[in-house]
Amino acid sequence: MSKFKKGKKGKELPPISTASLPDIVFMLLCFFMVVTKMREADIKVRTKVPQITELRKIENKSLNSFVFIGPPSSQYQAQLGNAPRIQLNDAFAKPSDIMAFANQRRAEIEDAKQRNEMTVSMKVDGEVKMGLVTEVKTELRKANMRRVFYLGNKRSEKK
Amino acid sequence: MADKKIPEINAGSMADIAFLLLVFFLVTTTIQTDAGLYQLLPQWVEEKSDVEPPKKNKKNVMQVKITASNQLIVEAGKQSAQINFDVLSLKNRTIEFLTNNGRTDDLSEKPTMAVIILQNDNGTSYDTYLKVLNELNAAYNTIWNQASKDKHGVAYDALTKEQQDEIKMKYPKVLSEADATDFDKKK
Repeated sequence: MSKFKKGKKGKELPPISTASLPDIVFMLLCFFMVVTKMREADIKVRTKVPQITELRKIENKSLNSFVFIGPPSSQYQAQLGNAPRIQLNDAFAKPSDIMAFANQRRAEIEDAKQRNEMTVSMKVDGEVKMGLVTEVKTELRKANMRRVFYLGNKRSEKK
Repeated sequence: MADKKIPEINAGSMADIAFLLLVFFLVTTTIQTDAGLYQLLPQWVEEKSDVEPPKKNKKNVMQVKITASNQLIVEAGKQSAQINFDVLSLKNRTIEFLTNNGRTDDLSEKPTMAVIILQNDNGTSYDTYLKVLNELNAAYNTIWNQASKDKHGVAYDALTKEQQDEIKMKYPKVLSEADATDFDKKK
């Protein structure tokens, strides 16, 4: 008992030092700075991807290109309507643009060996009709960019 | 001199500045968690060859069709076509077809001979298509995993490249996509 009394009667509690607080915050800051990757292209189409189970991580992100397909997001709908569109890089595109896009991406990669490992991630809205997707797939085959990831969200396995 | 000390710089606001920066990065961060279903598209051939593809025994072929109204039609081997098939039971049906090993006469003789043909319509929704493709891939992954556990006692992902290839030789993934039908044009 005396132990407790001593503490209360004696000196006041020293104030908690906040001197190390900036250090902690800076540590967090550094962590976020390292993991942050600013989004290169703002996405102009709505893509609500389907839920699937057999997901695989994209191995080498620098070798990966994105193709977005979906209805234009709300600020573009006034001009473009609701029909699904393809987005490459920063702009809307036609299926015939994919060839040039693929060649441009290929030219960016110096190592010839890595060119064969290039992948394409298709982020496609679930509502899109397959006609458009098939057209894109055909163009990708013609451009010899045949490694495709269909992006999806994880669906937990039904028991 | 002794009483003219340089006053200590107040570091109290340091935390505030750091917090501000922290919040900025928190907001702009998008930790990338992109993952997807992998598929290697077949090579593009400029002209359709006149050579007929080798005839397959009908019992070694499983046809999966998705109609324009997102219905699933499954025709496994010589068994009659099942209309309005449930996507969630497709995986087990595929495994049953692939690993039949000649047990019943109307499904595949050997996994190495089995072929799956997927056909969709131009009006099929991507959601349905991807779910079907997912189930078919899930069937193969399950078979591979099972084979791996039987032989090596570990999951398929934990195997070396050579061991994986060995299993893939035994259960090759022959999943081909037929040209899409076009329901709208037929009308």
